[in-house]
Amino acid sequence: MNEAGRRVTERSAPARTAAATDLPARLRRRPGWRQAMVQGLRALTAVVWIGSWELAAREHWVDPFFFGMPSGIAQRLATWATEGTALGPLWEQVVVTMQETVLGFLVGSAAGVVAGVLLGRNRLLADVLSPYIKAANSIPRVVLGALFAISLGLDIKSKVATAAILVFFVVFFNAFQGVREVDRDLVANARILGAGSRRLTTEVVIPSALSWIIASLHISFGLALVGAVVGELFGATEGVGELIYNAEHNFDANGVFAGMVLLAAVALVAEALMTALEHRLIRWRPNPVTDMSI
Amino acid sequence: MTPAIELRGVTKRFATPGGGVYTALRDLTMRVAPGEFAAVVGPTGCGKSTTLALVSGLEAASAGEVLVMGRPVRGIAPGIGYVFQTDAVFPWKSVLDNVAAGPRYHGASTRAARELAREWVARVGLTGFEDRYPHQLSGGMRKRVALAQSLINEPRILLMDEPFSALDVQTRTLMENELLALWASTSASVVFVTHDLEEAIALADRVFVLTAGPATVKGDYPVDLARPRNVAEIRFEPRFARIYQEVWEDLRDEVLVSYERSRQAGD
Repeated sequence: MNEAGRRVTERSAPARTAAATDLPARLRRRPGWRQAMVQGLRALTAVVWIGSWELAAREHWVDPFFFGMPSGIAQRLATWATEGTALGPLWEQVVVTMQETVLGFLVGSAAGVVAGVLLGRNRLLADVLSPYIKAANSIPRVVLGALFAISLGLDIKSKVATAAILVFFVVFFNAFQGVREVDRDLVANARILGAGSRRLTTEVVIPSALSWIIASLHISFGLALVGAVVGELFGATEGVGELIYNAEHNFDANGVFAGMVLLAAVALVAEALMTALEHRLIRWRPNPVTDMSI
Repeated sequence: MTPAIELRGVTKRFATPGGGVYTALRDLTMRVAPGEFAAVVGPTGCGKSTTLALVSGLEAASAGEVLVMGRPVRGIAPGIGYVFQTDAVFPWKSVLDNVAAGPRYHGASTRAARELAREWVARVGLTGFEDRYPHQLSGGMRKRVALAQSLINEPRILLMDEPFSALDVQTRTLMENELLALWASTSASVVFVTHDLEEAIALADRVFVLTAGPATVKGDYPVDLARPRNVAEIRFEPRFARIYQEVWEDLRDEVLVSYERSRQAGD
């Protein structure tokens, strides 16, 4: 009784001014509601998707031998985690692939930024090299992984090289474009204020190209992961790619999917780190260009 | 006395993307004395900004001579300030670092440059906004940053390219008064490009009227209104109106020519 009575008095006070406050209150509440609804629908999507897959596999509408089934994938992950994989403990495989990815990403993006800024600032160099760069860009570069496996061996180097080459071109083209798109008035202003050529590059050109570069880093971390995994597929002794390769050879569809789940988890974590980096590096901007909520 | 700025028979041609040649200035001659505030008016697109680019050294003349302090201009000369029409402050630098850029480029330590910048930020009335980024400021405040950024280098020549044209009328009048106050404390010569004749007369000691492009000087009018001036009120003085009428006679024909041309180009 007491409880109900209190609720009534609480409600009656704002009721008198309801006409004035109702609308703003509703507007304020709406984002929260929307958020909850989106989260709910997301969960529902996962349940429907995974549930129907599981059901289809159990009822043999699709053959679980070829297409796996969610419970089998979960089991495989659990076994890998507790008993280790054929290649050794699971975390070691993840760490190896992460190492290859991060190293390849760092090497590739550093080289891409340097080359992009260099060619963006030097018209002659850009004109001379442009046909070669276009040609190099048009070949499917993952096949270079095969070459690196031969020349650099089966250890980490060949994977880093494959990842780096994939990253390089994306970052390079973005950095190049970013440098070319620098506002002419900003450059003129810096020169009038007394900036020399080196200052112009570090204080105007690079910061201004940074939003282009950062946008490309988002995409290229995913490419680094592709490079590392493809490198492992071409020949390796450890790593998530090798794990997938092994599973494939054993006709273990659940194992292939389990490897994919691991890669997806790695990619999502990296994505979050990248977004944090972006916010740090370009906090001067009103709103970031890349909306990665999708 | 050597003029601060002298253009002698200057012609400037640009190559157009279509392979043609566009003549922006033709045989233009003008002189600005040390410490003088000169305004350049002319129809839209006549090449007013090009004169500034030539004086600053950002562009080289195709023919004729450009002299600053009696010396021919070869590349960007020191001692020049330039306030652009667009927002040319660095969006990734805070207000303080934007203003400190000039001294830093000239070799001052970051600390010394910031200290000096703090003074200039105060002089343009932005104390308390040192750590803001340009996108967090209003258009008028960004112009103040641009002014402080230029003036901190203590230029002997200040070039201004329609600096206040994007501001609303009230802010604009405020900024014009502040510009005059800041300028009075320096000995800089100013070349102020504008398409607004009222603004030109209210601010300047001398108004140059340019012809419709290719531009050359059509007339040159001294403005003998007393200083210090209040830009908001000087417009009501009878002498202001007389000068306005005199210059407008000259300018009107050029504006009409330019308007006719743009209409024909549009047809």
